[in-house]
Formats: sequence, structure tokens, C-alpha cells
Amino acid sequence: MNQQPDSAFVAWLPFYTLLQKEIRRFLRVASQTLVTPVITASLYLFIFGATLGERISVVEGFSYAQFVIPGLILMGIINNSFSNVASSLFMSRYLGNIVDLMVTPVTPTQFIMAYTLAAMLRGLAVGLIVWLISCCFATLPLAHPLAALAMACLASFLFAQFGIIAAVHANNFDSLAMFTNFIILPLIYLGGVFYPISILPPFWAGLSHLNPLFYLIDGFRYAMLGVGDLSYALSFGVVTIMALVLFIWAATLIANSYRLRN
Amino acid sequence: MSLPALSIANLSKNYDGVPAVNDISLQIEPGEIFGLLGPNGAGKSTTINMIGGVTRIDSGSIEVFGYDNRKDYQKTRRMVGVMHQEVVIDNFFTIDQTLRFHAGYYGVRDDVAWRQRLIERLGLTPHLHKVMIKLSGGMKRRFMIAKALIHKPKLLILDEPTAGVDVELRHTLWDFVQEINQQGSTILLTTHYLEEAERMCHRIAIMNHGNLIALDSTATMLKNLGTRGLLVHLHSAQQTLPEQLKPWGATLDATGLSIHFTLPADRTTGDLLPLLCQLNLSIKDIETRQASLEEIFLQITQDDRSKP
Repeated sequence: MNQQPDSAFVAWLPFYTLLQKEIRRFLRVASQTLVTPVITASLYLFIFGATLGERISVVEGFSYAQFVIPGLILMGIINNSFSNVASSLFMSRYLGNIVDLMVTPVTPTQFIMAYTLAAMLRGLAVGLIVWLISCCFATLPLAHPLAALAMACLASFLFAQFGIIAAVHANNFDSLAMFTNFIILPLIYLGGVFYPISILPPFWAGLSHLNPLFYLIDGFRYAMLGVGDLSYALSFGVVTIMALVLFIWAATLIANSYRLRN
Repeated sequence: MSLPALSIANLSKNYDGVPAVNDISLQIEPGEIFGLLGPNGAGKSTTINMIGGVTRIDSGSIEVFGYDNRKDYQKTRRMVGVMHQEVVIDNFFTIDQTLRFHAGYYGVRDDVAWRQRLIERLGLTPHLHKVMIKLSGGMKRRFMIAKALIHKPKLLILDEPTAGVDVELRHTLWDFVQEINQQGSTILLTTHYLEEAERMCHRIAIMNHGNLIALDSTATMLKNLGTRGLLVHLHSAQQTLPEQLKPWGATLDATGLSIHFTLPADRTTGDLLPLLCQLNLSIKDIETRQASLEEIFLQITQDDRSKP
């Protein structure tokens, strides 16, 4: 009765299928996964664009709205890439349906690629929508489009890996929420989304350089506005190294089926 | 000579130092329906989970049609379909979507005719576009069998497929499993319903406390291990049981009109009849009955429990 795979396409069919399933999963609840984050970002845009944005300037030559928008786009990408894989994989573990995947020939490479790509797609989709909406609130330059796209892709990739790590390590919903509330949110808010690090007192500015998200946010802002606290090469390099470290960590967990098989 | 459908050699698994499966070895031939029986916690599901790849193997090996299920896991998993004991569903998707996804996970192009056949044969047609959460318990069980079969596995593993389902569905599932077997699939079945094992399985293994304590064809197990009962009805009441019958495990009932015998496996009714004639008992009728697999199962597991 059994059919053997007859081509590379069939060998990769498990990956396409898992990717398709993960994409359809977030599209099925688009009101939670796409609309809600866009509304949240739009509220920020309204506050910083329509109300305060034109009255404050923290970087010469740019309104506060223009300054804050790259950070808000990146925040949407980060939160949604992380949430997509973290909630999907954790729910599969929690409800036990992860065994449905464990008995199939899906390889660890296919597993991690499918979850990562679906998470990246959701994160980038939210980022794109936020960017389009932000154009209603401020004239937004795009100084280095390819550099912006590269940084956005790196951000979504990095936080997809972090989502895998969180989903595997979390024991319950509380511990999963801790990754968001105690790690991601503080790093984002202290990473320069709402203010340039250069206006901080030297001690706090120095401390901010230890925040990995500072490099991500600053690099993305540089790519969009053409100005930043750091050089793009430094930001890109630091973010790439972070992405690699988290990828190796996540890949090791999945390759060893850590907490996925008993 | 064809390769065994499943070959398990010296398989062991411990949880926190407690053996769940203890050095078991068995082979299942292609085309067999093989029953794995045992009380709760015997190690049946752990064994199945190790075959399917859900549980890691501590020591020993598992081969599916000659392929090692760790080294060649992609090959073996394509050949194995597992219906888990627990109802495992993804509430996001419908039956139809989930079956398509599962075919894809196994690298099998969607075979519409086969999918349609599974859906119809298992009575899932009216529920095809319902999300899982809206299905009844019985429907979820049917769906899980369809899911295990969607990639046309050569070895189908059913971990208590009829647990908690009504009699009608149980019979439907039995018929379907036998049909699948007749079409060439090998089946490994665990069950608590001994009637199910007796009716379906060609061979049976019994596990207890992680050990394999019996393995034989169903017929041989029933023949060798099963004590047979004999009930002799008499025309006239007896006051006492004749002394000569006591070594045969005979008891006289309260009316004095019936004598019950429990024949050990090595004695036959034919051995007893001359003695009954010799005693000039006025025999009205004789009833015989074979011990069920349930009685054998209880006997074997109790014997195993009483071992030091």
C-alpha cells in the first residue's frame, strides 16, 4: 500500500505542507494575528503622528513621528514573528498534537524552516501594513530600501528562533508570557524605539549598547531615515551574529527533539 | 523469505530509573494482525510510541520491513501509520484539511480517491468540513483512524482504537481494520477488549510490568493455556461427589443434579467420559465450554504478579 517519494518535490512535500499549515493557521485567526497588532501599531501612530509627532523633534531634520515609525514597524515584526511560532509550537506541545508531527518523516531541518518561514511571513506582513498605515501620518523617507528589507528579515528570523526556544522551554502559558513580558517588551522599549540613545546620560547610553535590540532598531531606522546612532555595518553585524546564535540554539533543540519526544 | 513487518530486539525504556519496557523482543510477519495485550501500565503504549518515534529508545532496536527506525527514520515512518491512544486533534482545522496535511507530511501526493474512500468508509462525510472541536468522541476516533491510514501505511498501529466507543462503532472499526488487513497491511493492535483480540488477532503477545510474558498464536494460546469447563447434568440427584472425581477438579452443585469440572489443558473430555460411565452416573446432558482469552489473560497476568 505504501508509496515512496518519487522526486525532490515529494521529498520536500512535508516542508511545503507544514509551512502551508502554519500560514493557514494564522490566517484562520487573522483578527488576532494580523488585525490586532495593526490596530495597536495604529494607536501608537495616532498618538505619535497626529498628536505629538509634529510638535517634538529628537533628531535634527525629522519629526518625532518620522523618528518613531521605524521602531513601531520593527516592534510589529518582532512581536508577531515571535508570537506566531511560540504560540503554535507551544499549543501543539500543550495539547499533545505535536505527536502527529513526531511520527511523520518531517526532518528537523524541514520543521525549523517551516515554522521560521511562517513566522517571518506573519511578522513581515504586519510590518508592511504598519508601514503603509504610517504613510497616512507622516512623510516617511526610505533611504536604503534593501538595507531596510534585510534588517526586517533578520529581525523576523531572529525572533522566530526565539519563539521556537520559548515554546520548547515554556512549561505553561505563564512561563510563555514571561518571555514576552520580561524579555522582549523591556528590550524593545529600552532599545530606542521611542528615543535616540544619544540623548541619554552617558551611563544609560553605555548600558543601552548591551541591549541587542538597540542594534536592530538603530540599524532599521538608519536604513529608513538615513541617520542612526551607529553605523549600519555594525548593527547588521551584531544582529546577524545574534540571529546565528539563536538559530544554532533553536536548531539544536529541534534536532534533539528536546521536550518534543520523551 | 520476506522481511518481518516489524522486528523488535531487546527493546528497553526506563522513566526515572523505573523500567517501562524491559528487554522485549518480538517479530510481526507481513499480513498479520498482531495483538499486544496487557493491563494499564504494562508498557504497550510505550512500545508503540518507540516504534512510531514519539518516544526515544534507551536500548535495543526496532526494524520496520528491514529498516532501522532511528537510522532510516524517514523510510520507516513513511511505512508506519499510528493511531494514538489519546485523542490528538488540531482544533484549527477541519477533517478534510487535516487529512490533506497529513498526506503531505508523509510526502504523499493527495490521492483524492483514497481520501474519499476513507472518509466514506468511516462515515465521516457529513462532518468533513467541521472543525475538530465540534466532533463527537466517536467521530474523533474515526477521524484518527483515517489520519493514520491517509498515507497508505504498510504497518498500521492501533493503540486501543475502540476504547470508549459504542458497540456499533466498534464493530464498524473491526470490519474496516480486517478489510485493510486483507488488502495487505500488517496491523499491530493494542486493546483492553479481549473479545476484540480474540476475534481479530492472528497472534497475541501479553505484556505486564514492561515484560513480555506470553507470545503465541491466538488459537494456540486458547488451546494450551485455556482450561475447559465441563458441566454434567444428571437425571437423579447425588448426595455426595464420588471420590474418584475429586482429582478432576469436580464440584457438585447444591441441587446434586449437576457436576462442574474444570479440565486442565493436558486432559480432555474423552479422558473423563470412561470414568463417568464406570461410575454409573445417570447422565442427562453434557455441556463444554472453552476458557475465553479474558480468563487466560487474567491467569497469565496473575501468575506473573505472584512471581517473586
